[in-house]
Amino acid sequence: MQQPYEKYYVPAQSPWPIVGAVALFLIALGAGNFVVEATQGKEGYGGYVLLAGIVTLLVMLFGWFKNQIDESMSGLYSAQLGRSYRQGMSWFIFSEVMFFFAFFGALFYARMISVPWLGGSMNNEMTNVVLWPGFEAIWPLVKTPDGTTTQQMGPAGLPTINTIILLVSSVTLHYAHVGLEKGKRKQLTWLLGVTILLGCAFLVLQVEEYIHAYKELDLTLQSGIYGNTFFMLTGFHGMHVTLGTIILMVMFLRVLKGHFTPDDHFAFQAGSWYWHFVDVVWVMLFIFVYVL
Amino acid sequence: MAHSTDTIAPEHTTAHEHDDHHDHHIPSGIKRWLYTTNHKDIGTLYLWFAFIMFLIGGAMAMVIRLELFQPGLQIVDPNFFNQMTTVHGLIMVFGAVMPAFTGLANWLVPMMIGAPDMALPRMNNWSFWILPGAFLILLSSLFMEGGGPSFGWTFYAPLSTTYSGDSTALFVFSVHIMGASSIMGAINVIVTIFNMRAPGMTWMKMPLFVWTWLITAFLLIAVMPVLAGAVTMVLTDKFFGTSFFNAAGGGDPVMFQHIFWFFGHPEVYIMILPAFGIISQIVPTFARKKLFGYASMVYATASIALLSFVVWAHHMFTTGMPVAAEMFFMFATMLISVPTGVKVFNWVATMWRGSMTFEVPMLFAVAFIVLFTIGGLSGLMLAITPVDFQYHDTYFVVAHFHYVLVTGAIFSIMAAVYYWLPKWTGKMFDVTLAKWHFWCSLISVNVLFFPMHFVGLAGMPRRIPDYALQFADFNKWISLGGFAFGLSQLIFLALLIKACRKQGEPVSSQVWEGAEGLEWEIPSPAPYHTFETPPVVK
Repeated sequence: MQQPYEKYYVPAQSPWPIVGAVALFLIALGAGNFVVEATQGKEGYGGYVLLAGIVTLLVMLFGWFKNQIDESMSGLYSAQLGRSYRQGMSWFIFSEVMFFFAFFGALFYARMISVPWLGGSMNNEMTNVVLWPGFEAIWPLVKTPDGTTTQQMGPAGLPTINTIILLVSSVTLHYAHVGLEKGKRKQLTWLLGVTILLGCAFLVLQVEEYIHAYKELDLTLQSGIYGNTFFMLTGFHGMHVTLGTIILMVMFLRVLKGHFTPDDHFAFQAGSWYWHFVDVVWVMLFIFVYVL
Repeated sequence: MAHSTDTIAPEHTTAHEHDDHHDHHIPSGIKRWLYTTNHKDIGTLYLWFAFIMFLIGGAMAMVIRLELFQPGLQIVDPNFFNQMTTVHGLIMVFGAVMPAFTGLANWLVPMMIGAPDMALPRMNNWSFWILPGAFLILLSSLFMEGGGPSFGWTFYAPLSTTYSGDSTALFVFSVHIMGASSIMGAINVIVTIFNMRAPGMTWMKMPLFVWTWLITAFLLIAVMPVLAGAVTMVLTDKFFGTSFFNAAGGGDPVMFQHIFWFFGHPEVYIMILPAFGIISQIVPTFARKKLFGYASMVYATASIALLSFVVWAHHMFTTGMPVAAEMFFMFATMLISVPTGVKVFNWVATMWRGSMTFEVPMLFAVAFIVLFTIGGLSGLMLAITPVDFQYHDTYFVVAHFHYVLVTGAIFSIMAAVYYWLPKWTGKMFDVTLAKWHFWCSLISVNVLFFPMHFVGLAGMPRRIPDYALQFADFNKWISLGGFAFGLSQLIFLALLIKACRKQGEPVSSQVWEGAEGLEWEIPSPAPYHTFETPPVVK
C-alpha cells in the first residue's frame, strides 16, 4: 500500500507441494499402521511406509527451501511478499500456541476438576466412597485412583538448570539478531552459535531428566494423569526445541555463507520468533508443571 | 459503505491486457493441476473435491436412511451402521462443507479485494493436495479388519479409546492432516486479506464475504490445533497407556467433551459464517439495494465468533456439570441469538421494498434465510438447559443441525456456485436444470428433516439403527425425502458438468443486473491472472 503501483509478484509453479502431499500421505498411513503394529506386536509394513514418508518429507523440505533461498537471493521477492511471510509465520506460531493450550487445558482440568471430584469434592462424595474408596485428591497425583504409584519431578536441579539455559539462549539469540540488524556479522555468528549449543545442551539434559524419571522416580507416560501431562507437555515442547535447533543450525550455515542483510532476513527472523515462542512455552511449563 | 467499489481507475482494471512482457501461458495437462499456484485452479480443485465428498458422504446418508426406512434390523449390520453415521459426519464436515468454503475463498477473496492471487500460493497448493490423501486413508479404513471408525464424528471417549478398533490410529492421523490443511488454508486467507488488499480497499469497504471469511480463518487457526490435541490424546489413551479420559488414572471422559467442544463449537461457526457472507453478497444484488446495516453485519459476525469460545458446554448439559456452569453456558448461548438475529433482520430489511427478482442464486438465498432461521430457533430451544435434558441425543438434535448445515451451509454454497459460476466459466448455466435442482431440493429437504423434529421430541434416539414402532410412519417419509434429496443432487452434477464444458450463453462482466464489487468489473470468464498491478478502489 506504500507503493501503490508496484507490480504484484506471483510465485511460479512448483513441484514441491505435491511431493509434500505424498510425504504427508505416507506419514499418516505409515504412522497409523505402525502405531497398531508396534503396540500390539503385529507384523506389518507400517514402519517402512512411515520411514518412506519421512524421507520424502525431508527431500521436500530440502528442495522447497533450496528453491526458496535461491529465489530470495536472486532478488525476486517483493517487500509485499516479505510481509506475507512474516504475517504467515505469526499466525502459524499462534496455531502452535493453541496446540499447547489444549494440553495445558487438560492439565488444569485434571488438577482443578477431575482429580478433586474423584476425591469427593463438591457433590461427588459418593464417587469417592463407592467407586474409588480411599483415593486421596493430591497434586502431583502420585497415587492414581486405581493404585498406580509414582514420584514427583520437582523443579530443583535439572529443570531449573534447563530454565536458565533456555532463558539465556533467548537473550543470546536476541543479541545475535541485533548484531545482524546492525551489520555486526561477528556478533551474529558467535551468538547464534552459542544459542545452538544452549539448545543442544537443553535437549541433552531433557533426555537425562527423562532417564531419571523412568529409572529412579518410576514416573512414566503410563503413571496416570500426572505422568501423562508431564510427558506430553515436556515431550511436545522437546520436539519443538529440536525443530527450533535445526532451524537455527540451518540459519547458522546460511550466515556462514554470507546470507541475510540487515533489513532483509525473513528466515532468520522467523526462526528467532519460533525460538522465543518455544522459550515462553517452557516458562509456562516450568511454572505449571514443575513449580506449582 | 459496502459497495462503493464501483469506480476504478480504468487503466488499472485489467492491466494485463496491455501487458505483453508478462508470461500469460496457461499450463496444460495434469501438471497444471498438480503444480498449480493459481488461486482459481486451486479454488476449482477444492470445489470439485468438496462436491465429490458431498456425493460420497451423501451415499452414506442413503445407507442410513435405507436402514431406518422400516423398524427392525434389515439392510446393514449395526456396527456398519455406526461406521456410516460416523464417516458421513466426518466427510460432510471436513470433506464437503469446509473445503467448499475454502474453494470459494480461493476463487473470490483475491478478486474481491483486488489481489493478484492468494498471498502464499505454493502453500495454497499444498493445503489442497494433502486433503485427498487424508480422505483416502479415512475411507479405506472402512475396509479394514474390524471396520472403520464407528464412534460418531464427535469420537467421544471411551467409545474412541476403550471400545474402538485398530482403525482409530488411521482416523487420528487423517484428522491431523485435515487439520493441517485447514490451518494452512486459513493462514493464507488471513494473510491475503491483511496484506494484499488493493489501495483504497479499506476495512469497512471490504465485501462481507471477505469479512466473514477473515473471521472464520481466525476461528480456524484458533481451534483446529485444539482438535489436533484432542485426537492426539485419544491416540495415546488408546495405544500408549495414558489416562487423559480414564478416571482410573485421574483423568475424566467428560474432559474429552470439554476439549472436543472447545474446538467443536467454533467449528460450527466456521461452517456458517462464510454462508452469512455469501447471503450478504447475493441478497443486495437481487433486491437491487445496498445491504442494510453493513457495519452492524461486520460487528455481528465478530460478536458471534467471540461468543463461540464461551458456549461449548451447551453440548454437554447432561454430563452432570455444576448448576452454575449449566446456567452460564445456557445464557451465553442464548446471547448468540442477538447478533444472529441482527443478521436475519438485516437480510430481510435489505429485501424490504427492494426491486426483487428471483434468479436461481436468490431462490437459494431466500430459502437459506427461512430455513436457517428454523434451524436457529430449534437451536435456541436446545440451549435451554432443562429442556435440553429431554432433547439431548434425540432426532430433534439431528433435525436442528441438519437445518443449519444442509439448508444453511450447503444451500449457501449452492447459492454461491450459481451466483459466481457464470463469472468462472463465462457462460450462463442451464437455468431450467437449476430451477429443477432448487425446487426438488427445497421440497425433499423439508420432507427429510422437518419430521425429525417430531420423532425427536417424541423420544427417538439418534445414532441407533432401530427404533420403536410408533416412529415407523414418520421414518418412512423421512427416508423417502432423503432419497429424493439425494437424487436431486444428481441434477446439480449434470448442470455442473455442462457448465464445465462451457455450454450456455455467454455473459457480460456484470452477469447479474445489480451485482456490485470488483469481481463483477473484470471480464467473464475471469482471466487466469486477474490483477497484475493493484486496481485503485475509490
